[in-house]
Amino acid sequence: MTVASAGKSSGPVRVVIVDDHAMFRSGVRAELASTGAGQVDILAEAADVDQAVAAIAEHQPDVVLLDVHLPGGGGVEVMRRSQGRVPDTRYLALSVSDAAEDVIGTIRGGARGYVTKTITGPELVSAIRRVADGDAVFSPRLAGFVLDAFAGSIEVAAVDEDLDRLTEREREVMRLIARGYAYKEVAKELFISIKTVETHMSSVLRKLQLSSRHELTRWANDRRLL
Amino acid sequence: MTSAPTLQPHEWRRASRDSESPIVGGVAGGLARHLGAPVLWLRAFFVLAAAFGGLGVFLYAALWIMLPSDSRFETSTPGGESAARGGRRPGRVRRLADAGPTIALAALAFGGIFVVEGMFGGGAVFWPIVIGLAGLALLWRQADEAQRERWFDSSERLDPVRMVFGSGGWASYARVAAGVILVGSAFAVVGLNGTSFGEARSAVVAGLVAMVGLALVIGPWVLRLASDLGAEREERIRTQERADVAAHLHDSVLQTLALIQKSSHDPTTVARLARAQERDLRSWLYAGESTDESSVGGALRAAAAEVEDTHGVSVDVVAVGDCDLDEGLRPIVQATREAVTNAAKHAGTGRVDVYAEVTPGAVDVFVRDRGAGFSLDDVPEDRYGVRRSILDRMERHGGTAEVRSTPGEGTEVRLHLPRPHPEENP
Repeated sequence: MTVASAGKSSGPVRVVIVDDHAMFRSGVRAELASTGAGQVDILAEAADVDQAVAAIAEHQPDVVLLDVHLPGGGGVEVMRRSQGRVPDTRYLALSVSDAAEDVIGTIRGGARGYVTKTITGPELVSAIRRVADGDAVFSPRLAGFVLDAFAGSIEVAAVDEDLDRLTEREREVMRLIARGYAYKEVAKELFISIKTVETHMSSVLRKLQLSSRHELTRWANDRRLL
Repeated sequence: MTSAPTLQPHEWRRASRDSESPIVGGVAGGLARHLGAPVLWLRAFFVLAAAFGGLGVFLYAALWIMLPSDSRFETSTPGGESAARGGRRPGRVRRLADAGPTIALAALAFGGIFVVEGMFGGGAVFWPIVIGLAGLALLWRQADEAQRERWFDSSERLDPVRMVFGSGGWASYARVAAGVILVGSAFAVVGLNGTSFGEARSAVVAGLVAMVGLALVIGPWVLRLASDLGAEREERIRTQERADVAAHLHDSVLQTLALIQKSSHDPTTVARLARAQERDLRSWLYAGESTDESSVGGALRAAAAEVEDTHGVSVDVVAVGDCDLDEGLRPIVQATREAVTNAAKHAGTGRVDVYAEVTPGAVDVFVRDRGAGFSLDDVPEDRYGVRRSILDRMERHGGTAEVRSTPGEGTEVRLHLPRPHPEENP
């Protein structure tokens, strides 16, 4: 996990697309070529885990657009095998699935954002740029999952208390994101700078990835059983 | 495309073992969940009962054999399960930290053994029993692992090697090997007791020969039974899957495709149909979220889907927390529907975000668009949409409604309704 940003680059973001549907890959490529011209540079495509790991090792991209369901163990497997070798690459998960365990599992696997495949071209370009700059990308749905997962009180004797709960400010930011606010609007609403919003988002992402909170790991299954 | 609610047959609550975070076999955890008692009490009970002539140990062992593992009851959504079967999803991840409780328990057990030994002296029968029990526990634990993996197995054939070792890995081999060695040495210790080494060895060899003979006699039957079971299970799963998929495709996708062909001249209708079908398939495959009127979240999703279909916009609903929908909460659902309809009609952007938060004390709903926006003062008194259906309705039922709108930037409607029974926590 690379938290410290290696400085915001000004050139186009170098991207590898990983998805097992050839039609979707070519669609994204075409969309990024038109709306993201000059901002996004597509280096390679991959259709399964092995190809993806090889492509990432070869091209060392800034951002990998990663499908969650992928032959060979899923997107999480790609991150697991690549993170040691290419630590500076960041991952943006792109999926048709809204299932809670997929979303939370992928974020905990190391992705810095999760968007669904219905995202529009300009939104995707800005999400890629944001991930490349080291920020987190939360869709309203992901923010809702986060609020759900960190809801309620927890035992006082919890091990990593600061990791296991959101601060009031982080909760407010998540609520506004879930309500469909853009970063700029969140900043305006809470009278804070965009930079501060980004800091809060990265902090929530870190908690989501590192929290040992028992509820978080069982949460996806539990809510299904209710 | 909502289906009529069907009557569910009454399901008996059955106790099961907790396979998510077991310390030994998950018996105490599973029982605690079943009885609604703190798990610590049950663990204490088993430990205390173990002091009375090993009663607790026997009870625990018996329950371990009889209670089914709960992993068989875990079901995901059809899309998720299919992806898992096809290997397009990660499997269970085991961390070293998971072993923490086990190590702690083992340390405690060793301590306990030394205490007992100190009190009664090195009993001749005591040690073989301890060693034998440890071996059995390891073997049973491995049987659990193998069983759990079978439920996630994609090959769907019962293979005797896989039945014992699961998908392999040094942990399972080590468990089986250590278990067998421990049980074997228990026999050896009994045999050794007070006799010469040669006699002990012949006793152990006699035992082994008997076991091998038994395996040779019963083995073929067991194997055949296993392969029959496997074949039957495979066939059953295939049939169910085929039936599910066929029914769903026929019901919704084919009908939508037919409609799209008929209205291919009208792009708006085609987009609307495609959006409705996408929503339907997505919720069937992945979300597992209800869209019926039984809960607040479900009712809001249903209302949003209805507006999507009528006005051809896309409405994203994010719900945090949920509770049963009773008469007292219906006004906020109706007001939400009205607000979403307004946004769909007047915003002109084709996209509305709905966020609902259900807390023990209240239900809050936010409806937001990034459309034209308006100035509230310009809304004429006789415009019923906003005044009557949203503001007045919420106030009549003890809630509040607030409309914030900036021309050019969009509109947000905030609805707040206190819940009548705050003690009924979902």
